[in-house]
Amino acid sequence: MRRERIVAAMSGGVDSAVAAARCVAAGYDVIGISLRLLRATDGHCCSLDDFHDARAVADRLGFPHYVFDMTEPFERHVMQPFVAEYLAGRTPNPCARCNEHVKFGLLWERARELGATRLATGHYARIGVDPASGAPSLRTARDLAKDQTYFLFMLGRRQLERTLFPVGELTKGEVRAEAAALGLPVADKAESMEVCFVTDGDTAGFVERHAPPAALRAGPIVDDGGRELGRHGGVHRFTVGQRRGLGLGGGERRYVTGLDATTGTVRVAAGEGPAPHGLVARGVSWAAGVPPASGASFAVRIRHRHPPIPARLAAVRDDAVQVEFTAGGSVVTPGQAAVFYRDDLVLGGGWIESAVTGTA
Amino acid sequence: MRIYLDHNATAPLRPEVRATVLEFLGPPANPSSAHREGARARAALETARAEVAALIGAAPAEIVFTSGATEANNLALRGALAAAGPAAGLVTSAVEHASVLDTARALAADGRPLAIVPVDGEGQVAARDVIAAVGPATRLVTLGLANGEVGAVAPVAEVATALRERNVVVHTDAVQAAGRMPLDVSALGVDLLSLSAHKLGGPAGVGALWVRRGVRLRPELTGGPQERLRRAGTENVAGIVGFGVAARLARNELTDAAARMHALAERLWTGLRARLPDAVRNGPAAGPRLPNTLNLSVPGCTGESLMVLLDLAGIAVSVGSACAAGAAEPSHVLRAMGRDAEAARGGLRLSLGPTTSAVDVDRVLDVLPGLVAQVRGGAAA
Repeated sequence: MRRERIVAAMSGGVDSAVAAARCVAAGYDVIGISLRLLRATDGHCCSLDDFHDARAVADRLGFPHYVFDMTEPFERHVMQPFVAEYLAGRTPNPCARCNEHVKFGLLWERARELGATRLATGHYARIGVDPASGAPSLRTARDLAKDQTYFLFMLGRRQLERTLFPVGELTKGEVRAEAAALGLPVADKAESMEVCFVTDGDTAGFVERHAPPAALRAGPIVDDGGRELGRHGGVHRFTVGQRRGLGLGGGERRYVTGLDATTGTVRVAAGEGPAPHGLVARGVSWAAGVPPASGASFAVRIRHRHPPIPARLAAVRDDAVQVEFTAGGSVVTPGQAAVFYRDDLVLGGGWIESAVTGTA
Repeated sequence: MRIYLDHNATAPLRPEVRATVLEFLGPPANPSSAHREGARARAALETARAEVAALIGAAPAEIVFTSGATEANNLALRGALAAAGPAAGLVTSAVEHASVLDTARALAADGRPLAIVPVDGEGQVAARDVIAAVGPATRLVTLGLANGEVGAVAPVAEVATALRERNVVVHTDAVQAAGRMPLDVSALGVDLLSLSAHKLGGPAGVGALWVRRGVRLRPELTGGPQERLRRAGTENVAGIVGFGVAARLARNELTDAAARMHALAERLWTGLRARLPDAVRNGPAAGPRLPNTLNLSVPGCTGESLMVLLDLAGIAVSVGSACAAGAAEPSHVLRAMGRDAEAARGGLRLSLGPTTSAVDVDRVLDVLPGLVAQVRGGAAA
């Protein structure tokens, strides 16, 4: 009988290597695929070294490995929107976009062409099964410190049905130990933390190199009373909530409360200030296919590595929602994802449009 | 048993070549040494030089051995222009190998005038377009004799004839033509010609530049008297000896091999067209074409997926032009032929060799249509 074919997405790192190894151990016919996302001049990520590492793992485990060029779609679906979001005064979330369009979109399409029934990745997340309906559901990883569901919330039922997250039940330490036990050459490989295509960590510089010069405009930094405190080199250099590097000299501690790309204005407030008590998100998708009832309670994560905060669904309109924080305010950053959880279950998520401030 | 249909990338080492190479891997073999060991190496080197010269109808003294065709092309372009002066420019075509196109662009970045002549939808460059692109500063025209991706053959002799009185050096990269078409430097009328050993079943890492007597060339590598001061460095004797054997075999077998490869390539195309009626052959529909090369696009299929599935089925072919990681980038040749980026990624290249058999071809005919159906339908077969 022919074995079920799986495509294992391989970044060259330890997580996807162990994910692939677990597919081999489970008896699948595994094909390893690495994606070339950046051209040679763009830096060191997705570099030859990573492909060689992935290939070495595949050789060690005895399955074929190929590299697919996706530089053009990556530029279109991830890098260009990343630049456009910063220029619009928002703080983008490129990993979620890449997952949606490139890994679980185009790569899945290729996997399907290759006769694979499923795509396995090294993401820290779990796929559960609803006991009542039998439908798959996205759940947080056992290793909560590594959980990546924040970048995967948009995966729908049909995508989850054809996805495997083989390391979701493991801690990072267990993944490394398993890699070492299998003799995989990437067992001790360092983790990549930054946005993979901003290789020097200089996000503002990246935006400036990739934006049309006319889009880069200087502007004023104003306080909540409308008083100009200083000038800045472009809204793309700021993130809502940012406290450092405002260029306002000493004095009162201030943080960024808003960015207006139309007027080129950076708004700041002193001290702690009244934090927003809710948010509006758009492009919201729900695992159940329909939103929960208005007023439903859940937890919302509004930044990677931040714990979800208690909230309730205040209003739903088409694919937009308004969410109220029920246990205190929080800085809200437009452009980031808002992902809704009930315990370890991902209920859905969308893209933060704006903060809700003022009286509750 | 795997089927290898990627001879335009590299060919398997021929057993006769391997046996001769092994004789020279071991004993000391510096052709510049005065002792007997050196003399043995010198004799073998000069025998190989004569064999390579005979492949192209040249005199042995005009052959400069290099580390491969990439070095030969670099030496031709950089060396000829350096000898012609700081303002000397060049003309080439849009479908050249990267070792020509990238070198030409690097020379242009240094301030030399460069014209890149476009090709038609079949990958053919017109002689009149090349001649028209030659300006007062042009001192070098470089055209690949046969295109390794789609098999188009360029009108090199026509261009060389037209430029004979124009004080322009004409270079041709004949890497893909060697062993597949008759080669004669007098008939071509060119001044410089590049060859590679490994496409002929010789070892990788060896090539040659033929330099017509009297053509001025500044060496790129200096530091020794080797290769008549045109390429310093102790010669790769084992590799060069292997090149010599491969060149001799290619010359002796050319007529039969070319006819056989042509018949098999046409059998492959005819059979595929019958099974995949909407498949498109990329390259010249008529006129001169490499006898061993079939480049096709199958609508609705990414070439990359077909390449992977064929590989898994035991058949080695290639897609587009590969980056260092092996990922297929959109082919610059198909782009130059007017295909969009997606189509330029879709070209599947099957290139036959002298040992390809009818059984190999029929196996592809059995396997490929099912894989196309799988890619199009998406269901696991």
